[in-house]
Parts: sequence; C-alpha cells; structure tokens
Amino acid sequence: MKLLAFIVVSLTGALLLYGTAEFPDWGDPNSPASLHVSNYYIEKTYEETHAPNFVTAVVTDYRGFDTMFETAVIFCAGLGCFLLLRDFREKKEYFYRHIPTGVILHVKDGKKKITTGKEFEYMDKDWVPQDLINRTACRILIPFIQIYAMYVVAHGDYSPGGGFQGGVIFGSSLILLAISYDLQTLVERIREKLLGILAATGVLIYAGIAAICMPMGGNFLDYGKLAPLLPAGSHVRALGMLGVEIGVGIAVMAIMVIIYINIVSVGRHDEGL
Amino acid sequence: MHWPIDLIVLTFVIFCAIAAISVKDLLSTAILFSAYSFLMCLLWTVMGAVDVAFTEASVGAGVSTVFFVAAIFRTSRRTKD
Amino acid sequence: MSDLLSLIIAKYNYWLYVILMMIGLYAMIAKNNLIKKIVGMNIFQTAIILFYVSIGYKTNATIPIIKSADTGHGMVVRAADYINPLTSCLMLTAIVVSVATFGFAMALTVRIYRRYQTLEEDELRMRLSE
Repeated sequence: MKLLAFIVVSLTGALLLYGTAEFPDWGDPNSPASLHVSNYYIEKTYEETHAPNFVTAVVTDYRGFDTMFETAVIFCAGLGCFLLLRDFREKKEYFYRHIPTGVILHVKDGKKKITTGKEFEYMDKDWVPQDLINRTACRILIPFIQIYAMYVVAHGDYSPGGGFQGGVIFGSSLILLAISYDLQTLVERIREKLLGILAATGVLIYAGIAAICMPMGGNFLDYGKLAPLLPAGSHVRALGMLGVEIGVGIAVMAIMVIIYINIVSVGRHDEGL
Repeated sequence: MHWPIDLIVLTFVIFCAIAAISVKDLLSTAILFSAYSFLMCLLWTVMGAVDVAFTEASVGAGVSTVFFVAAIFRTSRRTKD
Repeated sequence: MSDLLSLIIAKYNYWLYVILMMIGLYAMIAKNNLIKKIVGMNIFQTAIILFYVSIGYKTNATIPIIKSADTGHGMVVRAADYINPLTSCLMLTAIVVSVATFGFAMALTVRIYRRYQTLEEDELRMRLSE
C-alpha cells in the first residue's frame, strides 16, 4: 500500500514539475497574474476608496461578495461542530472540594447540588491544582490582548490586519481564559446562547450593510451610495469597509470559542483542558 | 528578496513537514505542525504578503494548535505508524 | 544536459513547492491514523497557498500598502512599485476556509473515537464490517 502510494505520488509530482517548466520566472513584473486587473487595483484604490491597504480594500470592497460567503463558511463550520457534538444529557455525578480542609466530596445523585462559594469549590474529574502564577499572569494579560484585537480590526484599512485576524485574536483571548482557569469559568461568563446570537449577528451585519445599499439606489455591496446616511465629508467607502470588517470580526470570534468549547468537552460543556 | 533566506527557510519547512507526519506521538505532531505554520508565516513576510502572514500567524500557530491539542486530549495520544 | 541544469536552477522554487505538496498528498493517502491524514491535508493546503503567493512577487517592489509620498494630489502610483495584491486577497479566503475545515475535521475525529474507541483506519474498517 505504501509502495503504491509512493509511486502514485512520484508520478503526480513529475507531471506537476513538467507543467511548471513554462511558468513565469521568480519576481517577473510582466507575468500574466500581474497585468490586467491587478494594475487597476493598485493605481485606482486610493482615489476611489481612500484606504491605504490595497489587500483589505480588494477583499472587502472590490471582492466583497467572496468575503461574505467566506464568513458564511466559518459560520457553517461552527454550526456543524455544534450539531455533531453537543450533548444535552445531564451529568450524573459531581465532585466538590472543601477549600479550608481539602476534603473532596463525590456527589452521586445528579439532582442534589451544593452551592459553590467561599467554602466549596467545583472540581473537574481530572483536577490539577491551578498554579497561582499561571492564573495571575493570564488574568492580567487578557484585557490587553482584547484591546490589541480591537485595534487590529479598527486599523484594517491602514496596516496589515482586518476583520478576520482581529476576530481570531479576540477568540484566542477567551480560550486563554478557559485554559488558565477552567472551562466552567468561561461557560458561566459567556453563555452558549450569547455566542450563538453573536455569530449570527456578525453575518447579519455584513449582509445588512450590503443590502442597505440597494434601497439607496445602488447595487448589492455598492458602498458609495451610503453617503446620505453618514456625516458629510467622510470617506464613504472606507467607512463601509470598516462596518463590514466589524461584522466579520464578531462572527469569527464567536465561532472560534464555540468550536473550542465543543471539541474540548465533547459537547458536554462541563470540564476541559 | 535575498535568495539564501528563502532557501534555508524552505529547507526547514520541508524537514518540519516530513517530521510531523513520521513521529509516533501525536503531541509531537501538534508542536511540529505549529512550527511548520510559523515558518510558513516567515516565508510570506519575506515575500511581501503581510496580510497573509498575519492571518497564518494568528490562525496556524495559534488557534489551530489549540484545536489539535484539545482533540488529542479527548482521543488517544499514540499512533501505530 | 547543461540546458536541463540551468532550467532546474532557474526554477528551483517550483521544485520545492511541488515537493511540499507531494509530502502532504502522501500523508493523506498512505498514513493509517486519521489525525495524520488531517495534518497531511493541511500541509497540502498551505503548500498551495505558498505557491500562489509566490507568483505575485515582483523584484524591487514593496508591500501592498501605499507610501505616504504617493498620497498627495496629482501623484501617480506606479504599478511596478507594489507587489500584486490580488493573489494575497484570494489566499486570505483560502486560509479561512482551511481553518474552518480543520476545526470541523477535529470534531468529526472526536465523534468517531467516542463511537468506535479507535482512530486507526484498518481497525475502523474491521469494526465497521462487523
């Protein structure tokens, strides 16, 4: 089996290499990919949209239809993970730890629950003592990571970044909270229902801004026609791009957290890494 | 762009890729995969595609590794080949 | 022969990209463990993205963010000064799709393990046929 795979792979590789013999040289400015439309994008982007970053302008404005469906793909992936793995059965046994003495209680009846607070603390089945240094350092870092994520989303027009990257960084900060404390801390602060609503709202913001352009007299995703709604003298297309990126960022943040919580707890949302 | 940087980083990328699929411990695969992703991000920065490099750094060397380790935590860590 | 050698040296970067793609393809076909197959798929995807982005490079050109010297009135932006933004833009979508596929594939793997208690392909085939 492995020999057969090796032969097939070598043949495919040889065919591909034969095909690259006529490809453009390294760094050629006259290669076919760099003529035609791409020159138009480089020369006219700043005049038309007033956004210095060409890649963000092309992704959210000139090719905004692609990005809308990319957001829909991310939403479907999160939805698929939720539908595959989510397990709504009630837990049957709980473990609690009495903090002053360190005694561990194993409650076998699912209905009796002890209120957690100063004396009793909820425990995972494979509990490790949480390190004080770890917890404190992560607790201090998380707000700064979130501010950085919002900065990346807001400056998508001016520097490398954009909606997707900022959304992933924000989601990573919430996953850091789940790893450094425990999964119950995250699930109690940010409920599953809120995450679902946020994910759908992100996609809705994108499609909504695109659809509002139509009653104002333009095509779908034609940000230039939004001028009556915005304050006079602003660069309309750049503001349209910013609104759309905020939508993408919110959706991606919620989906990253949903996928993580469902994978690490196999759908039960009780204990994790 | 200086061609020695390109060549050296590409060689490391190929080593990381071959090693990631040959080791028998899945946690080592996760870490090697994260290193592969980070070296790709370096390559794209050197080539000038900074948006793509930013995305790969946040996604590949960040969230993707966390998903991988979470999945290994809930399944087995050893493989037969 | 020297013609072939000069051809190899001129296009050595394509050789390395194709080798990387073939490593990913081999892992998807020949490895037994499901997670190794998923890793191979991701190696293949990033190798293709690398191939695409390398086509957009231009020598002596800078990153695709406009220089402040070019933003005044009457300034002409020359296309040969900036690298091609179109290839970067298309590959941004490809990376997003790859991470979505990776997360979903990990969820499927966890589900398979919960049902069959194994992740090796030959054992799975045996347990499926019972």
